[in-house]
Formats: sequence, structure tokens, C-alpha cells
Amino acid sequence: MSNPVISVRDLGKRYQLGGGGAHDTLRDQIAHGARALLRRLGGRADANDDSRAPEEFWALQDVSFEVQQGEVIGVIGRNGAGKSTLLKILSQITEPTTGEVRVRGRVASLLEVGTGFHPELSGRENIYLNGAILGMAKAEISRKFDEIVAFAEVEKFLDTPVKRYSSGMYVRLAFAVAAHLEPEILIVDEVLAVGDVQFQKKCLGKMQDVAAREGRTVLFVSHNMPAVLQLTSVAIVLEKGRVIFRGGPEEAVEVYTNAAASDSAVTFAVENAPRLYAGNFAAKFISLRFDRMVPIFSFGEDFRFFATVRAVENLPRMRFSMTIFTAGGTPVGSCFSKEADGIGPGEQAEIEVVLPNPRLAPGKYHCGVAVGRGDNRNGHVDFDIILDTLGFEVLPEVGEGGTVSTWVRGWGSTVFPELRQTILPSKG
Amino acid sequence: MVVDLSTIVRPPESCLDASGQTRVIRSRKGWIGVDVAELWRYRELFLFLAWRDILVRYKQTALGVAWALLQPFLTMVIFTVIFGRLARFSSNGAPYAVMTLAALLPWQFFSSALTESSNSLVAAANMISKVYFPRLIVPASAVLSGLLDFLISLLLLLAVMIWYGVPFRANLFLLPVFFFAAFLTALSVGVWLSALNVKYRDVKYVVPFFTRIGLYVSPIGFMSTLILQKFGPVVHFLYCLNPMVGVIDGFRWCILGPGFEPYWPGFFASMGAAIIMLAGGVVYFRTTEKRFADVI
Repeated sequence: MSNPVISVRDLGKRYQLGGGGAHDTLRDQIAHGARALLRRLGGRADANDDSRAPEEFWALQDVSFEVQQGEVIGVIGRNGAGKSTLLKILSQITEPTTGEVRVRGRVASLLEVGTGFHPELSGRENIYLNGAILGMAKAEISRKFDEIVAFAEVEKFLDTPVKRYSSGMYVRLAFAVAAHLEPEILIVDEVLAVGDVQFQKKCLGKMQDVAAREGRTVLFVSHNMPAVLQLTSVAIVLEKGRVIFRGGPEEAVEVYTNAAASDSAVTFAVENAPRLYAGNFAAKFISLRFDRMVPIFSFGEDFRFFATVRAVENLPRMRFSMTIFTAGGTPVGSCFSKEADGIGPGEQAEIEVVLPNPRLAPGKYHCGVAVGRGDNRNGHVDFDIILDTLGFEVLPEVGEGGTVSTWVRGWGSTVFPELRQTILPSKG
Repeated sequence: MVVDLSTIVRPPESCLDASGQTRVIRSRKGWIGVDVAELWRYRELFLFLAWRDILVRYKQTALGVAWALLQPFLTMVIFTVIFGRLARFSSNGAPYAVMTLAALLPWQFFSSALTESSNSLVAAANMISKVYFPRLIVPASAVLSGLLDFLISLLLLLAVMIWYGVPFRANLFLLPVFFFAAFLTALSVGVWLSALNVKYRDVKYVVPFFTRIGLYVSPIGFMSTLILQKFGPVVHFLYCLNPMVGVIDGFRWCILGPGFEPYWPGFFASMGAAIIMLAGGVVYFRTTEKRFADVI
């Protein structure tokens, strides 16, 4: 496989910030020109002018990688890491500043579904329009029309202006058109963040078809780690405009999750957050944070967070308690720590809190935490309680061959330890 | 639901571009010409966008397409009263209303094409920052979208010609040629303005002013020969550098016949000006389009 479909070499993209800003008017240009002229005539620099010099910002730098035919490559990274810029260059929306990309085959990009949809036009009209914008020929759209409509499940509303569609219908129609493109290279950006769960599954399935059956190449950008694990065969991790990792998706997700320079760990400033339940405020939560920049945990990992607490009164003893909720708000379980040494009045301390392997099923969760005294056996008092905080996600287990474990929602949110079974000696 | 690498099959035959070549994306420097082959590949999108503009224009309007008749009709009436009756400009023996309407049709096409196309790129900002396609299609389809209005207003012209008993001459068959000239003229200005508008939103203020002034500066309420009579041949020739002068003279010739034959050197100067402007506009457009998505 020496002939990559996409080959990116030393790619860089520079943006200008501030002075070179977006909608400068002719007047600005004329004024700028005049000032430059005056400066040249006067032979000295205008001290104020330098402050307006545009700042440079490299959204991408020295990015090189190759993608082979039929690969599904995940591109992951934090917001601002350069993912969108990379995709925009690959789909020829913007030009790189340095370096080059070689592409074999047609590229279609789904940077956002529904691009070019016009609210006044009907579903039927928008299918044709959107298809044409995405690069389909009219004959091709006509051929796939019924399939698109069926996929989107909007048969009854074909002649209704899309402005009267529900947002779900709108997204389904938009994705349906896009999903029926047949490019050699498909660039997908976060389109799975839309629609209901069932439709998302349908979309994932469609994408897998595209890659596996038809041998096409897919570039998939997402924050949805389970989807990255499930769909991709390789992944690159971008950070601050550079590729910091390229390899298997499991390691990539690990790199992404652990690239946790603690200075950029997720912090929840909760000092002034509204309290649904008031404690006695003998102490107050100032902030809560995870030990990583992306609040994603692998299955089986310890759940760990750091709480910064300020004591108002003297607190010789204190303990923490926590309830974990599913994204839907159902409590999964609760726990208390043992009372331990507290802190003096006016003092502030950061405390590490660990729940050893909670065996949470893959999914999204959030917590309620409290600091107080006592426990569930002997009665307790809470100083301060924070709800709806410390949102995090648990990733599915990844097996040896890159397989992802299944966990059906209906099985609950806790994965119990392995069952034991023993055949009893028969009484015969 | 796991991608099993072993199921990934050979690349499909269609994997390569039609040309079988590798496309290279890199920073382009200097002046950039037009990729005609690519524009041709996207011809359907060009038509689709014009079609969309037309559909959208008259959705949720009470009078709908009647607007395409009403506007030129009322302007014709006003011009006939003011210039024909009050100012008593010469119409070279032809009915004044027909002479004015013959000029109003291409002018209306031109001015609405200008308004639509100058704003077209900015209005398509969402598309431009999400999908690749040749950007030139956007202002061009905006110009084309005026075609329907133009065709409808031709009906008005026919009615007025019948009303005044103006004979239908063979010259009428040349109308498409002069319409094409009007299209080129509108496109040449539209390409400039749409690209400038991406960076300088001043264009928004320039265009209405421009079309309003143009209505009086172009020979709509009078004949271009009036300039020759009043100011002499040099000024008249310079006047002809306004491409709409050539277009309007051509329209009048088609509709009113021999007495209205254009001043041909002036006409070719008009068209030359339009073509030079179009070429310059396209180069400016192509050279700045790589920054559209960043700036828009």
C-alpha cells in the first residue's frame, strides 16, 4: 500500500488575528494606506500604529500523514486543536499556508449537514438543491430520490417547506442526502452529534457500509469517543495544530484522554453556582476538577476528582459523599468517605477523592457531591452540596482484536462483577 | 457493528478522477485564471442555484410574478410622462413608451442582477464555509436568476408594441444576442462587486446608489444620440464606454428597427469595456476566492 489516497505533507495554516480582522471596510484600508504614506514621508514610526499589527496564529503546523484506500481514519483533538481547519483544507474550502495535500479521487465533505438547505423550499426541492451543492448530478439524485426519502422517513412531508419541519425531520433529511453521496473520500465532521439515538445508529451503520463494503476512505472527526472506537481503523490526535499521535484508535483515544496537562484539566467553578439543597455552610465548595482535560474514563478505571473546599468555621473532621446519576438523571448509586482530619476556619484545601472502580457501564454520567460530617449509618450533616456537576463519560471496554464490548442500555448502569457458576454434584 | 478490516475490498474503479490524476491542494500564488473544465462539471449546480433564487423570490408574495410586469410598466409610464411629455425628448418618431420600455427591460435585468449578484457570496456564506464548489457559480447564477423576470417583462413589451401598432421586424431575432451582451455586462460588474463585498461590506451601500444613478446616466429616458448632438463625438464615444449604452442601443434597434441602428464603433467600445471588466473581475475573483472562507 505505497499509494496513499490522501497524503498530507508539512501542512500549515496561518490565520491573522485582531488587526487583520474580518470585515474591514474600505475606509480602514484607505486610512491605513494614508497612515503608512505619512509615516514614510515623515520618516518616523507612529508609535500607536504597531499595536495594530495583526497577530498571527498557526491553526496547523507541520502536519504530515497518509491515508490508505479504504481506511476509516479518526481525527480527534480538543476544540481549537486544528481539526476543523484540517478538514477545511482537505475539502478545499480554504487554502493551506504551507505544505501540500495530494488527493486521489472525489472528496465529499459533510462538515455540516443541511448546508444550502433553504427554509422556504419543500423537502423535495431541498433534496435536489442540497444534492447539487454536495456535488451530485441531477440524474444521480433522481435515481436515489426514493432511497433518500425512505432513509429520512419524511415521505408525508415532501412538499412541505422545510421551515415547518421538526428539527429531527430536518436533520434526518439533511443527513439522508449526504449519506447517499458516493465519493471516494468522505469527510465527516460531528454529524453524529445530531438526531435521536436511533437515527444516530442508522447513520453509523451507513458509514460503516460506506467504508467496509464499498472500499471508500472516510475521515471521521468526532468528540464521540465510542463512535471513534467503533468506526475507525486508525486515528490521529491533533493538539495545538500538530499531530501528536497516529496509530490504532484505542491508543489514540488513550493519548487524547491522557494528554492531560493538569493545567488544562476540566475544572468546574462551583463557588457561586446555585445550590438546590442548602447545607449549613460551615464549609463551601470552591471548585471541582478531574485529573484530565477530557472527562472521559475507561471502563474499570478508578473514578477520581479533586475538590477545593474553604472552611468557614473550624472543622476538626470532615468527609465527602457522592451520588452518581445517569445522563437521564436516574441515580446509579451513592457512597461516603470516612471522616478524616478537617481544616481550620478560613482555610482552603484541595482534597483528592477516589471511588475505586465503580464498574459503570459505558455512557454519560454526572455527580452530586457533598462535604459534611457523619455518614449514612450514624446520621450526617452536610456543609455544602453541589448537584449536576462533574459530568463525565465512560468508554466501552476494548478487547484484544479492537472489538468493543456491548452493553445494552436496558441492562442498567452498573456492570456487576463476573458471575460465578458451579455445577452442583448430582444427588443420584 | 465493528469495522472488520478483512472485509475492506479493492478500490472501486471510479476511484480516480476522470482525468485519473492526483489533485494537489497547496497555496496558490499570483494571478489565477479560470478552470473552465471544472465550471462545466458544475453546470448543474449553476442552474440549480438560479432555480432556487427564482423559487424563493416569489414564495410568500401576494402578487408573485406579477411584480416582474408591474415594475417596468410603472417605470415606463413615469418616464413617458416626464421625459416624453414634459421634457419632450426626441424619440425619433417611435412611440415614446416603446422606446423607453425597450431600454427599461435590459436595464431592469442589469440592475436587479447587480443587486442580487453583489450580495450573492455573502448570502451564501454558509455554503462557502462548508462545501467546495467553484465560487464563480454563485454570482453567475444570481445574474441568471433574473432571466425569468426578463422573459416575463418581454410579454409586457409585446403588449405595448401591439397597443402602439409597432410592427414586428426580423431584427427581433437578434434580441438574444443583445440579451447576452446584457448578461455579460451584468456578470462583469457582479463578479467584481460580489468579490469585493466579501471583504468590504461598503458594497452594500454602493450598489443601490449605483443603480439609481445609472438609471439616469444610461440612455433610458432619452436616446444616446442626444449626447452626440449636445456634447459632440468625443464625449459621445466616451459615453459609449458605459456597456449598458451599447446594450440599450442594441435593444432599441431590435425592437424599433432601422431608424435606431446603434453607433457601431460605440457599441463595440461598450462590449470591449464589458469584456475587459469581466476579465479583470474574474482574475480578481479567482485571486481572492481562496480567502473567502476565512474572511466571509
